[in-house]
Amino acid sequence: MRIRGFHWAIVVVGIALGLMLTTQFRINIEHQRNVTIQRVTQLASEVEKARQKHDALKNRVDELREELDQITSSPQLAQLRQKVEVTRLQAGLAPVCGPGVEVVLKDSEIPIQPGQDPNLYVLHDEDLLRVVNELRAAGAEALAINGERLLATSEIRCIGPTVLVNKTRRLVPPFVISAIGNPETMIKALEMPGGVLDILGFWGIRADVKKVPEIVIPAYSGSTTLEYASPLTNEGGDGVE
Amino acid sequence: MWTSIWLAILGLIVGIGIGLNMPLFVPPVYSKYLGIATLAALDSVFGGIRAAISERFDNVVFLSGFIGNALVAAVLVYIGDRLGVEIYIAAIVAFGVRLFHNLAAIRRRLVGK
Repeated sequence: MRIRGFHWAIVVVGIALGLMLTTQFRINIEHQRNVTIQRVTQLASEVEKARQKHDALKNRVDELREELDQITSSPQLAQLRQKVEVTRLQAGLAPVCGPGVEVVLKDSEIPIQPGQDPNLYVLHDEDLLRVVNELRAAGAEALAINGERLLATSEIRCIGPTVLVNKTRRLVPPFVISAIGNPETMIKALEMPGGVLDILGFWGIRADVKKVPEIVIPAYSGSTTLEYASPLTNEGGDGVE
Repeated sequence: MWTSIWLAILGLIVGIGIGLNMPLFVPPVYSKYLGIATLAALDSVFGGIRAAISERFDNVVFLSGFIGNALVAAVLVYIGDRLGVEIYIAAIVAFGVRLFHNLAAIRRRLVGK
């Protein structure tokens, strides 16, 4: 084996090639590892952010709790509580009882003639709406349909074969409308000639109104969060108290 | 001829050993150019082996091809990147085809005699 000049060149070439191959190989591995490291740092920073938010909220809870303690220790508390009770009653957030009427509405039993629209003989959201409106006009103080409390924001809306109330509750006939108020006034308002029940009766819709000495109307069970409305403050203007 | 090949393999092993253990750092940005250069170098090496087998090996041609091809390939790819033309695809295809061509020739030489 004779080593000649150009053999060294071959050795150098081999070394160079080996270096290039391994360097490239290591860059690739490093690159893949870097991606995971970046992800880890990103996640860590997100966790840190969430933790900070959590701490801030915790502080806020403490603050509010302290505020609550201060308020409850003040002498005005009893008065405030009474005010809250009344407001809750008015808003429909507390169950109420009292004299009133119960209106039971059922679909028509008149046999439908061929060619007639059966829609005319079933109860609609509009019929319920009219009865409820009439009861309100007659001074009903609390209303419920099938045990679902009606609030100022409650809708009565047709959704297919059922009626939607309070955005989530689907009601099916027969509908029982309970109302607390002056029973005589309400019954007269409903049954006056040309009134709501008169018109419904024309279509054969059966309405059964009865006076009840003691009706219990449950509280509204859903959420009452206001997302868009905020109180108008009195500062620097003629805001409404 | 066999001396040369054994020496080349020895060099390769030494190079790989150094490369794996040396804290050499090349920014990942340049990995594309280094990759193309490596491919060009590999092509030159196989070309050299083929020449050696057919006893047409010339040291100067081999060395200049090895260094020159790698450099020119890397530079061309760099220019292509600046111009927004993906020359590296052309380089990969060209060197790849030549590499397989050289390999085929070596195999035929060794098997067919």
